[in-house]
Amino acid sequence: MSGDARETPADDGKFGRFGGQYVPEALMPAVEELTDAYQRYVLDNEDGFIDEFREHLRTFGGRPTPLQRADRSSERYDTEVYLKREDSVHGGAHKLNNALGQVLLAKYMGKERVIAETGAGQHGTATAMAAAHLDMPCEIYMGRTDVNRQRPNVFRMRLDGAEVNPVDVGSGTLKEAINETLRDWATNVEDTHYVIGSVVGPHPFPSMVRDFQAVISEEARSQVQEAADRLPDAVVACAGGGSNTMGSFHHFVGDEDVDLYAVEAGGSGLERHEDEGVAPHSASLSTGDEGVLHGARTKLLQDRHGQILESHSVSAGLDYAGVGPELADLVESGRVTPATVGDDEALEAFHRLSRLEGIIPALETSHAFGFLEREGAELGDLVVVTVSGRGDKDLETVIEETEQRDLDAAPDLEVFER
Amino acid sequence: MTEASAEPAPRVADAFADGPALIPYLTAGDPDLEATEEFVRALARGGADAIELGMPFSEPIAEGPTIQNAIFRALDAGTTPERFLDAVGDLDVDVPLLVMTYYNPIYQYGSEDGPEPYVEAAAEAGLSGVIVPDLPAEESDPLQDACEAHGLDLVFVVAPTTTGDRLDRLMARTSGFAYVQARLGTTGARTDLSEATFESLSRLDGYDVPRAVGFGVSEREHAAAIVEGGADGVVVGSALVEMVAEGVEADENPATVAERLQAAVADLKAGAEEGATRATPESQGN
Repeated sequence: MSGDARETPADDGKFGRFGGQYVPEALMPAVEELTDAYQRYVLDNEDGFIDEFREHLRTFGGRPTPLQRADRSSERYDTEVYLKREDSVHGGAHKLNNALGQVLLAKYMGKERVIAETGAGQHGTATAMAAAHLDMPCEIYMGRTDVNRQRPNVFRMRLDGAEVNPVDVGSGTLKEAINETLRDWATNVEDTHYVIGSVVGPHPFPSMVRDFQAVISEEARSQVQEAADRLPDAVVACAGGGSNTMGSFHHFVGDEDVDLYAVEAGGSGLERHEDEGVAPHSASLSTGDEGVLHGARTKLLQDRHGQILESHSVSAGLDYAGVGPELADLVESGRVTPATVGDDEALEAFHRLSRLEGIIPALETSHAFGFLEREGAELGDLVVVTVSGRGDKDLETVIEETEQRDLDAAPDLEVFER
Repeated sequence: MTEASAEPAPRVADAFADGPALIPYLTAGDPDLEATEEFVRALARGGADAIELGMPFSEPIAEGPTIQNAIFRALDAGTTPERFLDAVGDLDVDVPLLVMTYYNPIYQYGSEDGPEPYVEAAAEAGLSGVIVPDLPAEESDPLQDACEAHGLDLVFVVAPTTTGDRLDRLMARTSGFAYVQARLGTTGARTDLSEATFESLSRLDGYDVPRAVGFGVSEREHAAAIVEGGADGVVVGSALVEMVAEGVEADENPATVAERLQAAVADLKAGAEEGATRATPESQGN
């Protein structure tokens, strides 16, 4: 694995001060069992696990994905812009890389059932697809609010044979879905694997999910050398929980001359409203404080009493109050630079990329392109941006949000008015 | 603080000194902290040997729906760690009080990161013990050091899945008692007892630590059967929290709810004592 300078974390799964295993005792034996399986199958390729995983990624997932020179963007920003096209993975996002890896691992471990949380529904649909493909019973937990606003993804999960369990407590979004999936796992831990959707949770999840997603930077690093005969000056990826970010960065972390930018959702502003328990953004790397949530010590959006705030972003996939512990550590050490792009800039970028390159990006991805628009050639002579997913799932939201704004890059959408 | 905090708090182990311990749980601040103080006095009058108070956290991953809802009511009522500790300081009951909460509010308390400021304030308020369901032994050194420094017991949960070396390590670490999780899953009243409860209890034979069983215990006969099965104590949570919820729902006076709580605890305590009587002749044969 060229370009890989990072070690597997110590047995306790710490990345500097971050990470760890903050879960109920009932789950600890399962976490230990998973740590053992991660070592044997994922790191040591026991029983040819990695070979089979790569075969599924190739034949079912459509990998490798292209690294495409974005001609018109390169001209606009007066720098070489390359796009890593994760939007062309089966299902339309990088999420399948992880879901396939974990569902396959659950099979190797002899588990009989997989469960997963989902916010926007992207991880839920990826898990449902992988579970159907690998013949594994699958249940997805999804907040009631998200079920109602992401109907197409709920149908996709159902079509692929997954049960969808709406979660009615709290605000009915991603963190409640994670809580409820953890409760299911604590109840059915003996025969069930929890396919966590990002580089979050207790060790070994942050390392393992990163390893499944690292195929993004493994391919991109060799593709860019083939195309341009050099390494990029910068890699840009959007960051919610951080699975796309860690996947895009992992094989470049050891390349000290490659700058790494994690673009978070700035939402409608970077303030906090503690009295209402709300932060109108999801910028935990840029604005969060250290704390413990969902199994790991990391950067969080929380009030001064340690209660977790409701985050916000126009992009449901970035809308989470925490972030992966390894990413928190890479930011802490200065290796990764965090940045924020707000709802407005992201929507502009959504329209701009669609028009400029014929690629309709996911709203999550649009944040990375909002950053590219802001920084342009300041990022260097060659920039790789990961297109983490395609935007078909976001069209309803984009139409609604565009109508409320005066966006320069948006087309005339009058065709939708009666 | 208050007069009560001038006297040293009782030790958690005191709860087990005189027959089987009945340990009720309530979520503090549900529906508000004044009501909680009244409820706690009622639990003590009903014969509670120790009392667990839940300090609310926004992400209660170990709880079933009943206690989740109580936690959300308490947060809506403005229950913060500071107000919780103030309310505990006002209590004048003579049984040990334990706080049950998640690690993040403990970690955030005070001006510096880490558990020490919270534990110091908890000791000053008169708390005797701490239970943190999302903090396994592996991550507990800082909290354990703070608890030892301030004379608090740190109680660990022993799950049905805890076996072998893990069990040895946990039993060596837990202080006050071992909280025996009766079944896999979350908190919540059940109508039956699981076989796993009795298996867990027998796995814990031979450790010199009191064992209290919780998760799903709701009836007098459960308490009797658990003590008969070898437990030193019984924890009852959701069944009592449900009484508080019904009182909130019916807009009842806290005093009325407190009476019902007192009667329920007395009934459960009687069950535990029955269990102890039943167990006596057999345990001599073991």
